[in-house]
Amino acid sequence: MILKRISLFVVLFIITLLFSCKKEVSNDAPKEPETVPEIVEDTIAVPKPPKPLKVYSNDTVSVPAYDYAGLEYYLRQKNDTTYVVNFWATWCVPCVAELPNFEKINTNYKKNKIKVILVSLDMAKMIEPKLLPFIKEKQIKSQVVLLRDPDADAWIPKVDSTWSGAIPATVIYNSEMRKFYERSFTYDELEKEISNFK
Amino acid sequence: MKKIQFLAMFLVMGALAAFKADTSVAGYKVGDVATDFSLKNVDGKMVSLKDIKGAKGYIVVFTCNHCPYAQAYEDRIMALDKKYKALGYPVVAINPNNPEKQKEDSFAKMQERAKEKKFAFPYLLDEGQKIFPQYGATKTPHVYILQKTAKGNVVKYIGAIDDNYEDAAAVKQKYAENALDALLKGKDVTVKETKAIGCSIKA
Repeated sequence: MILKRISLFVVLFIITLLFSCKKEVSNDAPKEPETVPEIVEDTIAVPKPPKPLKVYSNDTVSVPAYDYAGLEYYLRQKNDTTYVVNFWATWCVPCVAELPNFEKINTNYKKNKIKVILVSLDMAKMIEPKLLPFIKEKQIKSQVVLLRDPDADAWIPKVDSTWSGAIPATVIYNSEMRKFYERSFTYDELEKEISNFK
Repeated sequence: MKKIQFLAMFLVMGALAAFKADTSVAGYKVGDVATDFSLKNVDGKMVSLKDIKGAKGYIVVFTCNHCPYAQAYEDRIMALDKKYKALGYPVVAINPNNPEKQKEDSFAKMQERAKEKKFAFPYLLDEGQKIFPQYGATKTPHVYILQKTAKGNVVKYIGAIDDNYEDAAAVKQKYAENALDALLKGKDVTVKETKAIGCSIKA
């Protein structure tokens, strides 16, 4: 009887703990996109990326720009690849500092089906003078897309409910799991996180 | 019974492990009483909220020199101060960045910027980076609207100034102004919290 009471107490304690504990690192199962046009699950045809709002290009580099509804495709792909989606901008010092680590992951893990997507938040006036030359100069090999959607209060919580809006920020996901990080990464840290995604 | 105990132990351990993963920043929520501070202003004098005479509350803005988002909002922060200072809600700007980590946010550079832009409000350095973590600011710009009450300065709004960082002319929702207007009318703030992109604070 006493043991039973203890067990009950322990269970109640756990429930309290679970509810009082707000985890920053969210591993929520991917939520169904709310604003994306229905991507038809088809075993034969792979869903195509949405049509960009605009494509910015110079002689060598070309970057598609999306609003959040368009970008969501890159955050919810369901296949056998693990995606590392990094939110950054050329003006963000810690973002630029960690970029080579993401590049290295993209190259070294290509055969392990890991793909890096760099989502630039550069402002309109910086795209042509800063972003495009930066991609060329640094010879960025990872896919770069632009997010051009000023209504951040609407889309930040859709990327992750715990995101305050500070960058750098990263989402790692595959068809099984998903994690969000509001922080910077070293190469080793990134490698360690990715090893959890099987 | 032993099995149950074992299971319970296991669950407790799991719960504790999950708890350990909790690294979320503590900070104010709407309704909390915000701390006052004594921080050095660009004119060399120390500034505390309690010293600001005639205030009904404060617009505390964590902002800085170097961040393009903060720069995009500079004129709008000045406009907020101009409009609401007379109504009892002055702007108090705080640079939360460690100048060691971000040279452009040094005290001397803050003084330069304040002079250049003719800031009519205090622009304070969070020396030792002690105040911003208490507020829970994570980025610049990050706004906290406080209302002065008998129990202290109560947080009434946290978040962005408005919904368009790039184009002041294309703003649809003036979050900060809406909150201030509600407070001045003695009404409840409807949108109490918003999120915006910003530069992570360099502590």
